[in-house]
Amino acid sequence: MILETTHSRLPQFLRGARSSVPVLVAAAPFGLLFGALAVDAGLSIGEAVAMSAAIFAGASQMVGLELFGGHVAPWLVVLSIVAVNFRHVLYSASAGRRLWRWPPLKKAAGFFFLTDPQYAETERQAEFGEEVTFAWYMGMALPIYALWVIEAWVGALFGNLITNPHALGLDFLLPIYFLGLVIGFRQRSFWLPVVAASAAGSIVSYEVIGSPWHVSAGAAVGILVAVLFSPAARKVE
Amino acid sequence: MSQTMWIILFGAIGTYLTRIGGHLVLSRFKSIHPRVQAGLDAVPAAVLTTLVAPAVFNAGPAEWVAITIAGVIGWFTGIMPMFIAGAAVIIALRSLFGV
Repeated sequence: MILETTHSRLPQFLRGARSSVPVLVAAAPFGLLFGALAVDAGLSIGEAVAMSAAIFAGASQMVGLELFGGHVAPWLVVLSIVAVNFRHVLYSASAGRRLWRWPPLKKAAGFFFLTDPQYAETERQAEFGEEVTFAWYMGMALPIYALWVIEAWVGALFGNLITNPHALGLDFLLPIYFLGLVIGFRQRSFWLPVVAASAAGSIVSYEVIGSPWHVSAGAAVGILVAVLFSPAARKVE
Repeated sequence: MSQTMWIILFGAIGTYLTRIGGHLVLSRFKSIHPRVQAGLDAVPAAVLTTLVAPAVFNAGPAEWVAITIAGVIGWFTGIMPMFIAGAAVIIALRSLFGV
């Protein structure tokens, strides 16, 4: 049994690394863009790299940059970064159910890497009935993390080399990737009502309260629909 | 340490707490109510949809064509063919029509 697990660790890690490939491609422009914008906003190259390495959450890093430039109180910048990342509380509660066998230290390390795609792929593993092992999880997380940090550095060094990101479709790669993940969950009960409700909720809140709050608000609408109306939730009464 | 580094440090601590907090709170409960369970099961599709829908809503014809083709391919195959096809279509349409 012990032999079996040590032997299966490397393939698990490699399988995780394979899951990271589309994420590496889709996230690269944002990692580079962050580095370039950070230097633009007055951060040193070291600070830009430190921010990517310590926070490791793209949207909130961008929001942080926007506020560094103005005359915003430091605590308010911190609060804004955390608010953008508040959706992770949901990921954490939901993905924690897949990692419950891990020892505490591995859990503590694993949750640091719980990005949007990391969470989605973790749930996909569970969807396919696969155990979410630490080796698989880190196989996916470490390449994403390493490149994210390197991209901040490269972006800060050569910020202005990508002259026409629009022509390369860079701004639309992440939505395509995320739609792929949404489709991957189509076997779940009540999938279509949840997707429809979240889509409507996020579009309305995007127009009314703006980005990035549409993520939490839109998701709340979809989750609420599941809590109130899904067959699994209703059969208790 | 510069003020920027302090902001980064506390931003990082706060972000880590959001990533571990949901689990720490939930693991205090011995059993999960079916409604909570149903809500948690809806989280991935709900959150990920919000990263797609407004982007598509505010996009143009090239993006609509690309995401539709990608969606159909994704439904019948997997995420990798879908991703590559979507990227190819968006680059082709934008370079052909400049939209």
